[in-house]
Amino acid sequence: MKAAAFEYLKPQDVPAAIKALAGSSGEGKALGGGQSLGPMLNLRLARPKLLVDVSRLDAMRAIEDKGAFWRIGGAVTHSQIEDAKLIDCTVMSEVARNIAYRTIRNRGTIGGSLAHADPAADWPLALPALAATIVIAGPAGERRVAAAEFTKGAFATVLAEDELVVAVEVPKLSASARWGYWKFCRKTGEFPESSAAMLLDPGRKLARLWVGALDGAPRSLDGLAADLAQRGALAASETAVSAALDLAVPNQDPVNRRMHVTAVRRAVQKGFQ
Amino acid sequence: MKEHGKPGQGIGARVLRKEDSRHLHGRGQYVSDMMLPGQREVAFLRSPVAHGYIRSIRKPPGSEGRVFVREDLVEAKDIVAASTLPTYKLSAQPPLAHGKVRFVGEPIVMCVAKTRAEAEDLTEQVALDIEELPVLVDSDTARFEKSVRVHEDWDDNLFLSLSVDNGFDALSKKATVVVKREVELSRQAMVPMEGKAVVAYWDERADQLIMYYSTQTPHIVRTGIAQFLGLDEGQVRIIAPDVGGGFGYKVIVHPEELAVAWLAMKYRKPFRWIEDRREHLVSGANARQHRYRLTAYADDKGRLLALDAEITIDGGAYSNWPFTIGLEPGQATGNLPGPYDFQGYRCKTYCVATNKPGFMPYRGVARTGVCFAMELLMDALARAVGRDPYLVRMENLVRPEQMPYDNVVKKHYDSGNYPAALALAREKFDAEKWLERQRKGEPDGRKIGIGFASYCEQSAHGTSVFATWGLPLVPGYDQSAVKLTPDGGLEVRVGVHSHGQGMETTFAQLAHEILGIDVQKIKITHGDTGTTPYSTGTYASRSIVMAGGATLKACEELIPRIIKIGAFLLGCKEDAARFDKNLGVVGPDGTAVALKEICSVWYLRPDRAPLDVDRRGLEVSVSYKPERDTGAFSYASHAVAVAVDTGTGQVEILDYVIAEDCGTLVNPMVVEGQTLGGVAQGIGTAMYEEIQYDANGQPNASTLADYLLPGPTEIPNMRIFHMETPSPYTMYGIKGMGEGGAIAPPAVIFNAVNDALKATGVEVSKTPLTPHRLLEEIERARQHAVPKREAA
Repeated sequence: MKAAAFEYLKPQDVPAAIKALAGSSGEGKALGGGQSLGPMLNLRLARPKLLVDVSRLDAMRAIEDKGAFWRIGGAVTHSQIEDAKLIDCTVMSEVARNIAYRTIRNRGTIGGSLAHADPAADWPLALPALAATIVIAGPAGERRVAAAEFTKGAFATVLAEDELVVAVEVPKLSASARWGYWKFCRKTGEFPESSAAMLLDPGRKLARLWVGALDGAPRSLDGLAADLAQRGALAASETAVSAALDLAVPNQDPVNRRMHVTAVRRAVQKGFQ
Repeated sequence: MKEHGKPGQGIGARVLRKEDSRHLHGRGQYVSDMMLPGQREVAFLRSPVAHGYIRSIRKPPGSEGRVFVREDLVEAKDIVAASTLPTYKLSAQPPLAHGKVRFVGEPIVMCVAKTRAEAEDLTEQVALDIEELPVLVDSDTARFEKSVRVHEDWDDNLFLSLSVDNGFDALSKKATVVVKREVELSRQAMVPMEGKAVVAYWDERADQLIMYYSTQTPHIVRTGIAQFLGLDEGQVRIIAPDVGGGFGYKVIVHPEELAVAWLAMKYRKPFRWIEDRREHLVSGANARQHRYRLTAYADDKGRLLALDAEITIDGGAYSNWPFTIGLEPGQATGNLPGPYDFQGYRCKTYCVATNKPGFMPYRGVARTGVCFAMELLMDALARAVGRDPYLVRMENLVRPEQMPYDNVVKKHYDSGNYPAALALAREKFDAEKWLERQRKGEPDGRKIGIGFASYCEQSAHGTSVFATWGLPLVPGYDQSAVKLTPDGGLEVRVGVHSHGQGMETTFAQLAHEILGIDVQKIKITHGDTGTTPYSTGTYASRSIVMAGGATLKACEELIPRIIKIGAFLLGCKEDAARFDKNLGVVGPDGTAVALKEICSVWYLRPDRAPLDVDRRGLEVSVSYKPERDTGAFSYASHAVAVAVDTGTGQVEILDYVIAEDCGTLVNPMVVEGQTLGGVAQGIGTAMYEEIQYDANGQPNASTLADYLLPGPTEIPNMRIFHMETPSPYTMYGIKGMGEGGAIAPPAVIFNAVNDALKATGVEVSKTPLTPHRLLEEIERARQHAVPKREAA
């Protein structure tokens, strides 16, 4: 279980990283904290010819207060977010705190997690629910994609081979916002069996409800979210949640469906506590 | 918890483990720490399919001397484990697959390079052509399948079958209550922290194949390697350095180890192979998979009169050497009656060959399965007669006044008070408190349940017991060689191996008990065939009784020799002097000469020794086995409270109590550590660990992301309470206890979950109890559509 041979590059800045990826004929891969890519390399499931280590790029390591939102660099680790206690956005710390183990959080990065796009991971679920924006750099410069549009499926995103997640922009919550995040893991540190996130932010006219840990990318339950905004927690009856889930994710086996229903209802419950 | 233990350093004292310092400081020395000049790394190309004919293997051009197939290993024989059990069929396991592959992960090609990565690169350059055959995945199917066979020279797929019938017909007829159940355990790997590991080279000066070998049993491994390579035993030396867990996985000569030994013999250079986690999970999925069909015949009070059982063991592809695949069915058949007193028993046991790695003896051996089966049946019986499962257990446990007790299959339970352990567990657990909480209901809606499980554990079973299991190699007497040093210290050499059991400490405590030497000055040497006397090794909860007993005897044998010198120095007669472990040799007037001085006289100043000094000196090798070697039975009752979340299927263990009796405790802290570790593994069996196979025999778990082990946050705080009933048959009444912890957890946890869900009609009976499996049962019960038993 040792990786196949590869070249390792530690670029000076983001343009150099992108240039290296662009010049690798699709055989290059960006390396963040390596918490998912590392095992995949060792199992020889990933066999890049070139690894471009972006984990030490200063431009991707800052957490900045931009007034209406926080800009978090793509190479910021989960631990840094956990410890940052972002003003008006402490929910980011709460999500970070429950990612895997601290040792993994010390290395794993938010950009790496998004780019890897494990369907059960936390950021691909939490960031769409928070109405965040993903900042992507490529050969043609930067572009911005709504987090809700970023993940395309299991381990699939809108990123091209020569693009990097350089930052995430997370809007601050207004004082009246309700946030509920709940996931069920078989054991500490594992990816969840089911997960859900709810944001009701009347100040920003936002009502979002997302469910994760599906076979594909996390899905939004927009209708139910609107109902929650209008009628409160009562809208999340077992029947209503089941119906919303069946619409968003048809043909689930009854056991998975039960787990997701539970996740959605408990996320809502937490939000209204 | 009040600490149980005696003052001092002898038997019963809570002495801190001597070996912990090196482990806690990261100074342990494992096979993987060995680096020899010119060492080459080995990787194996393994079968990607479960069953097929090998049509061709094409080595990459220019790979001579670096890539090896079965035909290259001319001197190596296939691993064949004979057995005297009737109906047993032989299976030949080649060091590298030949002609046919029989499970996913079976080694086919061995590749050698400077680094492991390069060796793995080589495996990718080999072209395999395998013609796939139909795959035998389920043991029930394989048992009746005759056209597809794992071993084509057999006429079916049965390794062996066993049959017992003692008084079944007469007693079953008297029953007024009949309860049927089917229970099942999934396939597991043993997952020691350190997998298999070998470094092998040829020592020209010693003219020996030297193998640093991660094993529990260096002496029998030596016999195996010599036999399978056609070497004299004197040409093989096995050194087991620190070993990161064994659990039964390392009592076996594995094909990879034999293949690496062959390389070293052939090329006379150092070769190393370290099993990685993926290899372990895929090729080492070898334990626990049993299926039980049980019928209990009882009276209206739940008193068991007779038991009818059919046990099917999924034996995998090969029988292992030297324990053979017969060990598991033998133990299952013999141990199913457990700690209970009943006289009618009929059991048919089938050990079936399938396209999976060959079954091996995992901590607890068959007893985790039989305890699971029997204890679930006890609870089902209690429900059938409408009584508390605790009371039904009490009704059936062997009573202390029946001890020693010969059970329905003539197992001889030497001593103990089984009902007292169950009562102690219930008292310390405070069952009433939990029942009250169960009645009240939880604010979060989770369901509370409580469970009990009792078992007895045959430890230190000796020659007569192993002989009945038909093994090619039966344990006899264990030896211990002890030697006083010139400065009054002691060296103890034993052929067992300590890999977590704390024997470097407990054996020093035994020697201290006799000779009074500070445990820090007692050095235990173990695990090296070049420096230790013969022992079959560490397995079956035997070392402290067998090699420990030999150490006690050996120390005792030194005492007259010590007195002889001491009395001379004191100027008194030998029979007027006595040995005092604190003072040394004491004369009639109370003056004493210290042991240290006596040692100094024998070694450094023999001119001061008596002329008729015992010329055998201050060293001795003594052999021992208990007078009656049918085993010293430890036993325990576990009690647990759980909370079941019916929305997710998650089970949380809220309290875990153990009341155990392993005879005289040598070191209560070591006993507690062994118990905690065992229970942690048992919780793995109960709730997490499983390798499933698809219809093509492909395992669904090959990394620890798929194969879940309980971690620190999944292991509850356990509360352990000791009883001490000495065995009448062993030195100081000591019993073995290394496996017990791993036996009861599946039984007790399932009983608690079934208690929590009894109102819903859910009754779970297949390990592990994953959230998915539990929710499936809950959904099924909710829909009332299908019977509540899980489909086979």
